[in-house]
Amino acid sequence: MRPRGSEAAIALAVVLECAVLALLSPHFFTTENLLNVSLQASITAIIAVGMTFVILTGGIDLSVGSVVAVAGIATTSALQSGRSYAASLAAGIGVGVLSGAAAGALVSVLRIAPFIVTLALMTVWRGLAFVTTEGRPVWSLPAGFASLGGARLAGVPLPSILMLLVFAAAHVALRHTRWGRHLYAVGGNPEAARLAGIRVRRVIASAYVLCGALAAAGGILLASRMNSGQPNAGLMLELDVIAAVVVGGTSLAGGRGSVLGTFLGTMLIAILRNGLNLLNVNSYIQQVVVGAVILMAVLLDHLRGR
Amino acid sequence: MSPSPLLEMRGVTKTYGGTRALDRVDFALDRGEVHALVGENGAGKSTLVKVLSGATPREGGTVSLEGAPAEVRSPADALALGIGILHQGLQLVPHLSVAENVFLGHEPTLRRGPLLDRAALARETKALLAQLGETIDPSARLETLDVARRQLVAIARALSRRMRILVLDEPTAPLTSHEAERLFAVVRRLRGEGVGVIHISHRLDEVFALSDRVTVLRDGKNVLTALTAEIDRNALIRSMVGRDLAGEYPESRSQPGEAILEVEGLVSGRVGPVSLTLRRGEVLGMAGLVGAGRSEVVRAVFGADPRGAGRMRLCGRPVDPRSPREAIALGIGLLTEDRDRLGLIGSLDVRENITLANLRVVARGPFLSKPRERAAVLRLVDELRIRPDGIDRQVSELSGGNRQKVVLARWLHTDCRVLIFDEPTAGVDVGARYEIYLLIRRLVEKGIGVLIVSSDLPEILGICDRVIVLREGKIAGSVLAGEATQETLLALASPGTAA
Repeated sequence: MRPRGSEAAIALAVVLECAVLALLSPHFFTTENLLNVSLQASITAIIAVGMTFVILTGGIDLSVGSVVAVAGIATTSALQSGRSYAASLAAGIGVGVLSGAAAGALVSVLRIAPFIVTLALMTVWRGLAFVTTEGRPVWSLPAGFASLGGARLAGVPLPSILMLLVFAAAHVALRHTRWGRHLYAVGGNPEAARLAGIRVRRVIASAYVLCGALAAAGGILLASRMNSGQPNAGLMLELDVIAAVVVGGTSLAGGRGSVLGTFLGTMLIAILRNGLNLLNVNSYIQQVVVGAVILMAVLLDHLRGR
Repeated sequence: MSPSPLLEMRGVTKTYGGTRALDRVDFALDRGEVHALVGENGAGKSTLVKVLSGATPREGGTVSLEGAPAEVRSPADALALGIGILHQGLQLVPHLSVAENVFLGHEPTLRRGPLLDRAALARETKALLAQLGETIDPSARLETLDVARRQLVAIARALSRRMRILVLDEPTAPLTSHEAERLFAVVRRLRGEGVGVIHISHRLDEVFALSDRVTVLRDGKNVLTALTAEIDRNALIRSMVGRDLAGEYPESRSQPGEAILEVEGLVSGRVGPVSLTLRRGEVLGMAGLVGAGRSEVVRAVFGADPRGAGRMRLCGRPVDPRSPREAIALGIGLLTEDRDRLGLIGSLDVRENITLANLRVVARGPFLSKPRERAAVLRLVDELRIRPDGIDRQVSELSGGNRQKVVLARWLHTDCRVLIFDEPTAGVDVGARYEIYLLIRRLVEKGIGVLIVSSDLPEILGICDRVIVLREGKIAGSVLAGEATQETLLALASPGTAA
């Protein structure tokens, strides 16, 4: 059901990329730099896991960037007004779950195109982020909040550890649970899945809820790293996330792909950005290069798949 | 035979990967001839047609038309040479109108300019359809038509190109015998006009009714070319499968027991009310013309479509499945028609397709147990003789018969008490058909009730114990298969005759 070879191909691309960068820059292949790459990639990567679930169902979620902002604001506002950490984090994640539930219901029950549903939600949430904050960042947070995104365990950044945990859990969920199998089946052929007794609507909705929750988690981490809730946080992030998933070999048509691929896709792009920075490549040129690499990766996968 | 046949293919060879799909195949077609091409799935029929149509390049051999060598490098070349192909999977555009589909790619335009000549489009489409004895509105959108009418549109499209050679690939699969007869009349007329027709079919009745010559392919080789009038059915089957079959249908030996599924006054959309009783250990057939509502009835029983009215009892207990999920939980399984669209999930492999409807038994809580799953699947692959037997293969690599066995394995994996087959052998070759019939027999011997919807009347009579006939959404009659003939079934199925 999944192109195992495609994951090997991306892994090979990542290895080649690392080899080239190691030759070009003495600073690349250092523990500190690699940990730095994982930290920079962590938020995109965590959200890309949720996006993989949604894309596997044949859908798309454009609202994740805005959910990042709203969840960050919800958590930081709660902290600012003196709520407990538990309540504040729950508020942030709750916003994401709510957004995912709304998208899931509209897509699966009312059968509105996911692109339109989440485009609308993206706009609504972004607007609300600015309305609730009057366009100003949420500052003056308790001292401990910044350590969520800034702390290190045995030298490894906490967000990087969280990222690995999320990927491991998602891999198990997709490959070793009934839910995962149902997700692939629904994405591959929803009517055949329904006739095989699968609760198609529930499966689709669950993917959006998880995607919303993971986007919110990413938003909270981002707020912690910036030590503030920013209304323009995560702007255009949905595009980076979708690019990572697609470079990772997951089919936009649904039913094919894996979180391992998504992990490798995220890393491919993050390492490229890092390498270009180390080589002092001008940031405008960086955009061109990253775009070209995304196109090439997808093109190669497409040619290989024939 | 005339000195230069209309089409002559000599020593055509084609390999895919390591396997020889075509091995030095000779094939000839005369003007005004219907030449049947038969063989099991994977024998090379489709590949031969692909070579002829330029869809795939040949590796060796020659192709000549009326004595002159012909290079067909693309489907456009084939069309220009007057080779028209009516494919199995109808290549029509659902959102376009009937007329637009018929003339797709060579639309009539005003004074040969860029603007469509809509009047001519409608007029000529109407004329073509009239030749087929059909009065479909040329402006109707294709997707509003049923499968049989779509097939006729596809045929009109081939006619619109004025072909010298027409290839019909399983043309009657979606048609009732009535509609098939009408198609054959058209084919005979074309033959009279000098068109050469290559007719690919699994239905041997058709081969004998229609063709002048027949060629059998087996494992990519031409094993037999003969005048149809000079060969008998058993010899033909023997050369197709390369061995003797006991018969086309297994002996029936079942003794139906008590009622297992009772349906009373079922209504679904415009179909119904329908009542029927299926007994334990019985194979009940459901015959009828396309559009009589057979699929609607079984889909409603399975909970796939809502029931407007009606009561159901399973083993004497009232049940009311409102979704396929609930039906499956009760022990009802449905092998849908169109197994590729409604049955199989193309992105999943054989193993995953088989366990899909009942993952619970190969899981602990939410977690799948891979060893248990493999064991269950290997047992079924072995029992059903699914070939090739790699359980990690994509289902698309399997032949029609083996794909059908994968769907059947899915339902055996769920422990059904009632199993419903909708067109169980459409696109399945003779050898695999027999195996599927044997499996059905084995199932009923275990006490399962089997309901079979089929448009293939010999199949219905060969495999079922009892047959109910649907006509215009209602039961027109019920007969014992041993006492019925194709004619009695057809008479019951056709509107305008006494019930």
